[in-house]
Amino acid sequence: MYFPISGADISPIYLVVVGFLIGVMGGFFGVGGSFIAGPALRAAGLDWNFAVGTDLAHIVGKSVVAAKRHRALGNVDLRLGLIMAFGTIGGAEVGAQLIEALKQAGNVNLVVSIVSIVIYVSISSFMVWESWKTLRLQKLKAAGMENPGRRSSREDESSFQHVTTSIQKLQLAPMVALPASGVKSISIWIIVLVSFIGGLFSGFLGGGAGYIRMPMLVYVLGIPTHLAVGTDLFEIIISASYGTFSHAMKGNVDILIALVMNTGAAIGAQIGAISTQYFAGPKIRLAFVPLPLVGAAIVVYTMMTGHKL
Amino acid sequence: MAVTEQPRKGKAEASHTFRAMLVELPIYGALVVAYFFLVLHFLGDWLGHLHANHTTLYSLISIGLIIGQAVALEWVTTLLLRIFRGRSE
Repeated sequence: MYFPISGADISPIYLVVVGFLIGVMGGFFGVGGSFIAGPALRAAGLDWNFAVGTDLAHIVGKSVVAAKRHRALGNVDLRLGLIMAFGTIGGAEVGAQLIEALKQAGNVNLVVSIVSIVIYVSISSFMVWESWKTLRLQKLKAAGMENPGRRSSREDESSFQHVTTSIQKLQLAPMVALPASGVKSISIWIIVLVSFIGGLFSGFLGGGAGYIRMPMLVYVLGIPTHLAVGTDLFEIIISASYGTFSHAMKGNVDILIALVMNTGAAIGAQIGAISTQYFAGPKIRLAFVPLPLVGAAIVVYTMMTGHKL
Repeated sequence: MAVTEQPRKGKAEASHTFRAMLVELPIYGALVVAYFFLVLHFLGDWLGHLHANHTTLYSLISIGLIIGQAVALEWVTTLLLRIFRGRSE
């Protein structure tokens, strides 16, 4: 199929399949999936600038479908998502500016890459440790009870809960309540900081940086995993729309490709979102572990070959 | 990964939903193919013209199209899923 905007000739079946796979992953983990979509579009022969912009447009569509489904399941905290959108956009802008400044400063790419690898591997290692420990505790608890009962998505267990509780107790005005997430009070600055860091990484490394934001929602803000996934997707709609508009203004978006990809992503995102209902929070977190490692692998590949995926 | 609480009920629900999705896929696929040829074919030249000559309008329409399509697709997939889940119950 010929796409007149980018001048690319790509099989629509390929685009639908790629969209479907990213949709399943996005619906289940609450990530944009740009670390797969970007290289997949590049592999299909799309120019780098179009791959980045088109991927962002596709992320918007996929996130709308997945967030709507998560909202129907009660997994979206709108208030939290809106506050986070400001931090993410600000962080992404600062990240993009910082990258420009660092480029002029010299061999800072190496430093940024090494820092990124350390952070990605640390997130994965920490999540393996935490979710494994929580699952073991749950097993022990379940063994002591005849009928442990079904947990709602607002009730989530974490071995890191004591740290999260301390963060929630920090009195940095203004404070905000997040009843949808079961958080009685938390400083708005902590929410903005978390989203700002996510946006910063998004600006540094491209994509939505959901592999950093989703764990931070759980471990720093204390949002239950199912709600973290749904809220992250809602927040991605706003920040990725901003990114899409910005890239479209630079002529980097082939919206026809994004629309075709979105047909596959729509059904994939539904499957991913529905699937979260059948897994407990710690199991979703454990399954999330490979994603930051993929991010680390991409950075290693970029460092070794000089080609950005 | 193992299914958690109320394993039997959860597994039955999951297999029910996924079976309905399998039935939904060919119909959804046919709708998507029709969509490619009817809508995208006619939109292509117009969007190409906007991309080249009216960047701001193209950017706004791009956002509108991707969100509009996502809402429509979500509605279609939910409706199909509801129909097939209902029938298989």
